[in-house]
Amino acid sequence: MSDRIFGSILTALALALFVSATQLESPFFADPLGPKSFPFIVSGAALICALSMIIKPDKDPLWPSIKTFIKLFTAIIILVLYALSLKKFGFLFPTALASASLSYLIKPNFFKSSSTGIVLSLSLFIIFKFGLGLSLFPFPKFLTG
Amino acid sequence: MELFQNLALGFGIALTITTLSLAIVGCILGTIIGALPGLGPSNGVAILIPLAFTLELDATQALVLMTSVYYGAMYGGRISSILLNIPGDEPAMMTTLDGYPMAKKGRAGDALVLSGVSSFVGAFLATIGLMLLAPILARVAFYFGPAEYFALYLLAFCTLGGIGADNQAKSAIAVCLGLGISMIGVDNSTGMTRFTGGNLHLYDGVDFLVAIVGLFAVTEIFVFIESRGKDSAIGVKLGKISIPFKDIYLTKWTMLRATIVGFIAGVLPGAGASLGSFLAYMSEKSLSKEKGSFGTGDIRGVAAPEAGNNAAAGGALVPMLTLGVPGSGTTAVLLALLMTLNITPGPLLFNERPEVVWGLIATLLIANFVLLILNVPLVKIFTKILQVPASFLLPGVAMISFVGIYSLSGSYFDLLLMIGFGVLGFTLRKLKIPAVPVILGILLGSHMEVSLRRAMVLSNGDWTYLFDSYISVGLWIAAIVGFVAPIFLRSYLKKPTPIGD
Repeated sequence: MSDRIFGSILTALALALFVSATQLESPFFADPLGPKSFPFIVSGAALICALSMIIKPDKDPLWPSIKTFIKLFTAIIILVLYALSLKKFGFLFPTALASASLSYLIKPNFFKSSSTGIVLSLSLFIIFKFGLGLSLFPFPKFLTG
Repeated sequence: MELFQNLALGFGIALTITTLSLAIVGCILGTIIGALPGLGPSNGVAILIPLAFTLELDATQALVLMTSVYYGAMYGGRISSILLNIPGDEPAMMTTLDGYPMAKKGRAGDALVLSGVSSFVGAFLATIGLMLLAPILARVAFYFGPAEYFALYLLAFCTLGGIGADNQAKSAIAVCLGLGISMIGVDNSTGMTRFTGGNLHLYDGVDFLVAIVGLFAVTEIFVFIESRGKDSAIGVKLGKISIPFKDIYLTKWTMLRATIVGFIAGVLPGAGASLGSFLAYMSEKSLSKEKGSFGTGDIRGVAAPEAGNNAAAGGALVPMLTLGVPGSGTTAVLLALLMTLNITPGPLLFNERPEVVWGLIATLLIANFVLLILNVPLVKIFTKILQVPASFLLPGVAMISFVGIYSLSGSYFDLLLMIGFGVLGFTLRKLKIPAVPVILGILLGSHMEVSLRRAMVLSNGDWTYLFDSYISVGLWIAAIVGFVAPIFLRSYLKKPTPIGD
């Protein structure tokens, strides 16, 4: 079933690729092939493969339980928040928080994961800033002024 | 004669203090990365690439550092295979079959030393093979025009899809995904944007490093959260380490045969180290008179896959350097490194930048001896690394990936894209769709399209031009056979399952 769902998504993607390729304009001075042909070929190949996934699906994989799915989803949220906060809040605090919470997701132990966060954040900052010379700001700009 | 001149040039570069120390650092880092379960050569090299840029190394130095990491990871992968029954990376999977049973019999030390020595034999001879074969192939590559290159890329995708996966359609769809992503951005021939959906961030296209780190490193984080990070602890006790001379002597022909098989598997574009170790193991098993002993801790079953995968690692560098077509996932990552350094691999590289190629080859010859020392007398230090808990390691990997990518572009959009690739990688992994073809598609997609379009310009739109030379016809046939043949060979190529506890 999973193969069929994914196959349908890919079929849709392949068709979308095909349709948006037809909308491309070929400039007057284009090469004989133009910008459209290669997308056409790829979308055709993708369509065949996606359909064969729908017609002949493999056995379903073992999907994780709902609890694990929630965990995975939390991990994605943590990473997205981390990506968005890196510029605004400096390196140290977001890194400590993000790595601590990821560590907690892998092994729920409050003490261990908070120390993981602190150790990782400090040691990576020292390595990146002074070892590799990246321009990282340790603290948020509104604190240091 | 020319070879010796080139080697002299290479050693002149390799024997400088900077290059040597980079090689040693790379070997140590690589062995650590290889030994850690969940961090293999491809994601290890991938997360280190952005950081290598911040060191402001020149092309040769960056390549030396990363290739030493690659070789080191190939050596180190066996450590957790033998001690924990968990392959440290994918090519080391075959080593669990006999390595772990041997360790359980109380011969963990012997297994580590024997596999270390066979890694050395495989990697060292393969480096010599690279030295001899690469210049010849580079000369052949001069005859390659756009039509031949197009067929060659096709061959790489087909063999990768054919041999690498259990389901042809799935690896082909992975290639299409990669090719589709590679088309996003400005079209080089006409200067118009394609498939960006009006998003300004996508005008430059998707940076392959973002895709690589996402698909390899970020995916691994999700996989570990799912498996709830069973804490890695030493599964087998490691006693005193001595050198089992008798076993090494008994397996000398095994190592040599496995090296040859592995090297050939490595040179084939798209096949790679996993196939090398697999074929080496299977051929030793079929040559053996007492087949039953394989899988129960046979010394040949430890020596063959390790010699095979390390030889394949060296072999995979041949098509990467001479043709710009990587033979495996990790060489794809190395190709990404070269492309970011603005070096185009291919025959011209050997003529115009001989110092890059020969400096690399000379360093690899030296690096093998460094790795032999690290992996035989000092192996005990590296076994301690297995005790690092996943709940510490994985957040670290995540943070390094983020900072690395952030340091490249400074844009949060790339970070979000990387997370997206991580989610995609996890889904692909669940559905048993290989991720390496996606990477290869992103890396080679624009080259493939450009060679097709150039071929059509040359022939004025005549499709038969694609089959106009013997080389391209040969490549087309090889591509079709490489894709179709494994369907019929599948029953012979069944992977043996490792034993449980």
